Amino acid sequence: MSDAAATGAAPADAMIVMSHVEKWYGDFQALTDINLAVRKGEKIVLCGPSGSGKSTLIRCINRLEDYQKGEIRVGGTRLGDDARTIDAVRREVGMVFQHFNLFPHMSVLRNCMLAPMRSLGASRAEAEATARALLERVRIHEQAEKYPAQLSGGQQQRVAIARALCMKPKVMLFDEPTSALDPEMVKEVLDTMIGLAEEGMTMICVTHEMGFARQVADRVIFMAGGAIVEEAPPQDFFSNPRHERTRKFLGEILHQP
Amino acid sequence: MNYRLDFTPVIEGLPDLLLACLGTFGLALGGMALAIVIGVGGVILRDSRIAPLRWLVKGFVELVRNTPFLVQIFFIYFALPLAGVRLDPTPTAILALGINGGAYAIEIIRGGVQSIGKGQIEAGLALGLHRGQVFRLIVLKPALRAIFPSLTSQFVLLTLTTSVCSAISAYELTSVAQRIESESFRSFEVFGTITLFYLVISWVMMRFFSAISQRYFSYPVK
Repeated sequence: MSDAAATGAAPADAMIVMSHVEKWYGDFQALTDINLAVRKGEKIVLCGPSGSGKSTLIRCINRLEDYQKGEIRVGGTRLGDDARTIDAVRREVGMVFQHFNLFPHMSVLRNCMLAPMRSLGASRAEAEATARALLERVRIHEQAEKYPAQLSGGQQQRVAIARALCMKPKVMLFDEPTSALDPEMVKEVLDTMIGLAEEGMTMICVTHEMGFARQVADRVIFMAGGAIVEEAPPQDFFSNPRHERTRKFLGEILHQP
Repeated sequence: MNYRLDFTPVIEGLPDLLLACLGTFGLALGGMALAIVIGVGGVILRDSRIAPLRWLVKGFVELVRNTPFLVQIFFIYFALPLAGVRLDPTPTAILALGINGGAYAIEIIRGGVQSIGKGQIEAGLALGLHRGQVFRLIVLKPALRAIFPSLTSQFVLLTLTTSVCSAISAYELTSVAQRIESESFRSFEVFGTITLFYLVISWVMMRFFSAISQRYFSYPVK
């Protein structure tokens, strides 16, 4: 059995608990017996080769993907099939996507105000105040009136982070947030994420930025073939990987030709 | 060729003809408004989770797009009263134009909706918006922007189709022209004049739509 299963019972302050989660696309098993407990304030980095199920795993947490077996609890709410619990969980879980997915027909500010107004019922004034404060925090407040297409990739991703934070989420999910960026823009996004981590946000990040993992992660989880193969604190994970597949993966991503 | 042009009946009828242009605009705008409602509503039902609703919309689109407009308007005007639904020519014309334009609008708008990336929808859902809000607030505007040129030409066509409504003597340009022609036999002058009128009407409609496009769809995209 994988190391993850040995984690045993979820700690009392668990923010996210996945137990025995399994997912299939037809005959293809995308996730196999996923067991993962994330404590409040914990930062998890998920890595693994493409197609290993990392994105699928975090997309199950806010139910962008469904799963066939097992259970997921977010902040005590069991994620069921009914729209009410799904919406409730989504309001507490922010997500940042590889391709930003900003709404092109709204200004940066409107992008950030939309969900608080429509989903949380915030007033326009409240939503705007929150949006401006968070845009300032990701250092992009001068661009508040611009449209997404007028910003660089790195700026767009920072807006996407601010937009998610406007919902005051308890957990943030990052799905390869820097993979679609030009190299010179990676740092500004990672710095934003590091700042967020330092403020105590609970985070699960699918990323291959191993420098980020070393600096921020409490645990690094390695996935392959839809299963969790290995998980360890970053210093152990990088210096002393136990599984052959982990060693092979680290060899591939750390030794640039 | 010894036909001698005589524009006197046209000039005498000019106030009537100009007023009739307003009738044409009225039918066109009424028809378009209804077509937009049917188009957007149809797209929502067309992709709903309830299968009979999907079939209903598909059947409606097939029925309307594969039958002549003249037959459709005759059906509403002459056949529906037998079932107890009696409408005046103008409401009949607007209804027929709306239904006809709506069926085409469903297919056009649906194309636009399908052009919107899945990521947009997921971003909306991940922010806690429900499906209806995602469609209304996130998908609809970029979708309409994408297909606005096609919708414009469909609606210019709808505007010209108002002319067929003369068959039930709805108040519009062609029916007024027919009356003047039948009283004066000045076919060349009358229909030549309204041909020009229709050109101007089409041009005005295109300006109208490009103004809407400027106003609502001019946000920058990559």
